[in-house]
Amino acid sequence: MTAQNKQPVGRVAKAPSGIRGLDEITFGGLPQGRPTLVCGGAGSGKTLLALEFLARGAIEFDEPGLFVGFEETAEELSANIASLGFDLEKLVTAKKLYLDHVKFDHVHTVEAGEFDLEGLFIRLGRAIDLIGARRVALDTIESLFARLPNPVVLRAELQRLFRWFKDRGVTVVMTGERGGGLHTRSELEEYVSDCVIKLDHRVVDGVSTRRLRIVKYRGSAHGTNEYPFLIDDSGISVLPITSLGLEQQVSYERISTGIPRLDMMLGGEGYYRGSSILLSGTSGTGKSTVAATFADATCRRGERCLYLAFEESKSQIIRNMRSIGLDLEPWTVSGKLRFVPLRPASSGLETHLNSIHRQVGEFQPDAVVIDPISSFMHSGSPIEAGNVVLRIVDFLKSRQITAVLTNLVAGGTPEKATDLNISSLIDTWLLLREVELGGERNRVIDIVKSRGMAHSNQMREFRLTDQGIELVDVYRGSEGVLTGSMRLAQEAKELASGERLLAEVERKKSLLDSKRRLTMSRIDALRLDFETEEQEIQAAIEEAEQRKDSLKRERVEMSVSRGADHTENVDQPNDLESSQDQTVRQRDPS
Amino acid sequence: MNLPAEPISDTATRGDPEQTWLLRLYVAGSTPRCVAALTRLKEVCEAFFPGNHRIEVIDLLDHPELAERDEILAIPTLVRQSPLPIRKIIGDLSDIHNVLAGLQTPTSRPSKPS
Repeated sequence: MTAQNKQPVGRVAKAPSGIRGLDEITFGGLPQGRPTLVCGGAGSGKTLLALEFLARGAIEFDEPGLFVGFEETAEELSANIASLGFDLEKLVTAKKLYLDHVKFDHVHTVEAGEFDLEGLFIRLGRAIDLIGARRVALDTIESLFARLPNPVVLRAELQRLFRWFKDRGVTVVMTGERGGGLHTRSELEEYVSDCVIKLDHRVVDGVSTRRLRIVKYRGSAHGTNEYPFLIDDSGISVLPITSLGLEQQVSYERISTGIPRLDMMLGGEGYYRGSSILLSGTSGTGKSTVAATFADATCRRGERCLYLAFEESKSQIIRNMRSIGLDLEPWTVSGKLRFVPLRPASSGLETHLNSIHRQVGEFQPDAVVIDPISSFMHSGSPIEAGNVVLRIVDFLKSRQITAVLTNLVAGGTPEKATDLNISSLIDTWLLLREVELGGERNRVIDIVKSRGMAHSNQMREFRLTDQGIELVDVYRGSEGVLTGSMRLAQEAKELASGERLLAEVERKKSLLDSKRRLTMSRIDALRLDFETEEQEIQAAIEEAEQRKDSLKRERVEMSVSRGADHTENVDQPNDLESSQDQTVRQRDPS
Repeated sequence: MNLPAEPISDTATRGDPEQTWLLRLYVAGSTPRCVAALTRLKEVCEAFFPGNHRIEVIDLLDHPELAERDEILAIPTLVRQSPLPIRKIIGDLSDIHNVLAGLQTPTSRPSKPS
């Protein structure tokens, strides 16, 4: 895929893992017939990933797998993967999977001379042949280093082992414990140069998060970010930012915002179906109200809306919306609207993502409101929270679900600064703010952007009445947004300043004119000066020429009168003489 | 020299009558290392348990299933089946000190086989 691909054939063959998300970030799976190293600390999910790769390979891709455990016993393994919802026993019985637990009793073993690991080769070869294995997982072969006395032999033998696997064309996943600085304790990456995947399990602020990163993938493009992943009852799922790629379908259908004047501002028709809308604003600017109005409009169309509320309970939201004449309760009763309260800090970002995925899968909504997405900030760093929001938006887009996200902006920060860095993924961005002027506090709404539609660039004042949201024209000038008498005053001021500007232009024009004339006359005078000077210099030059000629003549006459010897060179010696003569002669008169 | 395919036994009458040393040598084909290991094993047995030992040679190429059953990774591997406990010595047995230490011969007799 890359230009500097060293593979003889352009593309690396890939063995799809079947693990959700992993095949997307590896663009198809792990390198076929080559070893992949999965490294990570204790409890990072290495063994599960290796096992799932085999189980899915056996179930989904008809590639039987051999699992070689060097640490866990077969029973422990079965218990381990039973939690993933795979029936290992069944796979083993069907000869799709072979579980082998390599024990090595290092306490009662002594090394006495040279050896190799042919026994292990024979053992693995037999198991591979028994089930026709196409995939092998080694978990974790590194533990041999701790048990076998001779690391030099071990390294040589591991190299031989991987060559042997390559010759057999089996795809190998090996796990490795992460050591300080390096990827693995025993530098297993020395043997595995094709693909290295790093897993990480950390607890940040009491919240557990799992991360996966493709450290390298020779001969293939791959996602380079750290991707969060989840382990749940259906296995591992990696959550890539852009799993949807570019083949995402877009809708031309427009849906109402629930506010007629806002629809007018958005090209007259409202949002695009399946687009993502960001409502940002400081506290109390009416974000939730705009979002709830959209939820109401969705239900009115007979569609379903999922409302994920971080800060308020369902009953609170219903009560608050009633105060502006919006009754959401009938929709919740009829099942068109579902509220899901989320506790920001109660779980990690991945868990939130997962629960959103599940809720969407269950409820099959046409629109989703998340109020507010800024709450994700409580569950991780801003960058992580931003990634999670990206993934949510991505996920909803891929399902053609219209997403309305509110974002609480802290007072005093520029409204357009989204801490979450998600503006690039947002299709329509509405900014809500409060304007204090002339003893009034007014709310205004503004469209920062709205892709794919001719939208208004005008601000609107919006009022929360008991009939819902009402948008009113406002004046937008150089000195801010004004309403009422302030607006009239401003308009008069601007008219007056406009006239002054006109007069100024006229004055400058005449000034320019006179300056031009002045310059021209200066140029004329300069030219005249120059011409005079030129004539004078010319005259001086001519005079000098004449003088030079007469000097020469005089010199000749003088030499003649002195009776100089004509055999001598006339020019050269006389030159000195004549110059002496000259000085003498010049001195004479003084 | 070719190793016999069948387990061979090599017993004699001298030594401790209660203790029969059962020693199993796992090999993979007749590689020089495996051949050397068997030669040295025989020498050790003759020197330390004359007439009181049995040597079994198992070629994993003929019985690959035994690699998993008997937990054999390294080749060659010598296993002391009896007396218990089971002990393993890996390598071509060229390090005679470790061979003796691994087998835990009853007396540390100085007679060092050449």
